[in-house]
Amino acid sequence: MIALSTAALAFVLRGWLAPILALIVVGATVARAGLGRAFLPFVLATLPLLISIVLIDVFLYPGATDTIMVIGPLRATGTGLTIAGQASLRIVAFALSVAVFALTTPTDDLLADLERRGMGRRATFIIGAAIQTIPRLAARAGEVADSQRARGLNTEGSVWRRVRGVVPLVGPMISGALSEVEERTLALEARAFSAPARRALLRPMPDDAAQRAGRWLLGLATIVLIVATISGHLALP
Amino acid sequence: MTVSALRRVRYRYAGSSKWALDGIDLEIGAGEVVGVCGANDAGKSTLCLVAAGLAPGAIGGKLEGSVLIDGTESRELAPYDVAQRCGILFQNAATQLSGTTTTVWEEVAFGPRNLGLDVETIVERVGWAMHLARVEHLAERQPDRLSGGQAQLVALASVLALRPTMLILDEPTSQLDPAGTRLVGETLAGLARDTGTALLIVEHKTDLLDGLCRRVLVVDQGRIVLDGPAAEVLEDRRLEGWGVDAPSRVRLAGAIRRRGLDPDVVLANGAGR
Repeated sequence: MIALSTAALAFVLRGWLAPILALIVVGATVARAGLGRAFLPFVLATLPLLISIVLIDVFLYPGATDTIMVIGPLRATGTGLTIAGQASLRIVAFALSVAVFALTTPTDDLLADLERRGMGRRATFIIGAAIQTIPRLAARAGEVADSQRARGLNTEGSVWRRVRGVVPLVGPMISGALSEVEERTLALEARAFSAPARRALLRPMPDDAAQRAGRWLLGLATIVLIVATISGHLALP
Repeated sequence: MTVSALRRVRYRYAGSSKWALDGIDLEIGAGEVVGVCGANDAGKSTLCLVAAGLAPGAIGGKLEGSVLIDGTESRELAPYDVAQRCGILFQNAATQLSGTTTTVWEEVAFGPRNLGLDVETIVERVGWAMHLARVEHLAERQPDRLSGGQAQLVALASVLALRPTMLILDEPTSQLDPAGTRLVGETLAGLARDTGTALLIVEHKTDLLDGLCRRVLVVDQGRIVLDGPAAEVLEDRRLEGWGVDAPSRVRLAGAIRRRGLDPDVVLANGAGR
């Protein structure tokens, strides 16, 4: 809920205050969860985007005339700098909101909680399996690539050669994944997956009244802020 | 007491006109350990699916004859009912793990949870199954970070946790190295000895069947062509014609005999040295 609220605030609202508010909440969550260093890769991942935004907005913002610096043929403008600062803050706040979710929510805890909240076992399983599919497909791609290389396929060198090298990997990857599906389905049936009973929860989630109230309050405040701002009842700086 | 009975069973896959099983009669008693061998495409895996109630229940196809699991016709049982009577283990351990758990303990608990058992019973069953499959020391490990042999034993524990009276194993060691094969073989021997669970084991490695089974069947073109005590079946001269390699002890004895020597004397002297 925290990640969702801060991401919504950063994504939807313009100006300085919303992304700063989101960053304050994210910062407090990070400090509470002790995740300081784990955040660095997420911040670094936003750098290329931030640099391009700053360059484009500061030097090429359309209609801005309040020049603050001239570098050769390029003129930096105050309006562009303001826009670039706000956009950068929003992007950092959004990226770190996603990071809060990714770093504080293990897949199995997420699935257990979804099931606790009444989501059916099939839906839960599909979400879990989908999350696991990416590393599994990556591992399979590695195996297929190794076996194709062992049979003389050259996948190194120029971009064109690498692109051509991908083609022979696709067929075995897809056919392998499809043939696995039947065996997985049978294995699930053999483990009573289709039984109608409600499953016992093995992971009680720490979730006291204060946490629940905090989450609801944050969610509600986010909705109120967004609605009030969009409808023109509130003007955030 | 019979735990599994197939009578005049014929089965063909959906979309196929060929009978993959063609006139199978087979009874397996409680606690019996039965080996199945045969060439590729002989119908061994199909026999496993039909005996486990998964064909045609889960994969479709046409079944004729009668398949009884614990005395009940398989057609009358839901897949989750079958799972509690007859477990099945496939070749590839990786595809048998649910892929949604982060510890081996939770993976083994996946089946009992599906049955809606309470936490106390789940804990008891998981402990029991992990002890039998000798994977207690792996409880906190990640299921996708196990060796092939370990993963196969975890898959075995996962099926055992449903407490079936019979277990069907379709080439459980086909993807394992000799150490992994030995590990699984020893575990299965202990399982049969300690719990009286009936086992139907399909294997190309006849050495494993030789040490494990009292009774062995040979399947060829969808039919059981030989059924008898393991010692007799695995020494049958027709095995090669059905695409089955005899166990190494039988092949060694044959090689000694071809040199005009008595294998009993030669092997006894070899053991003496």
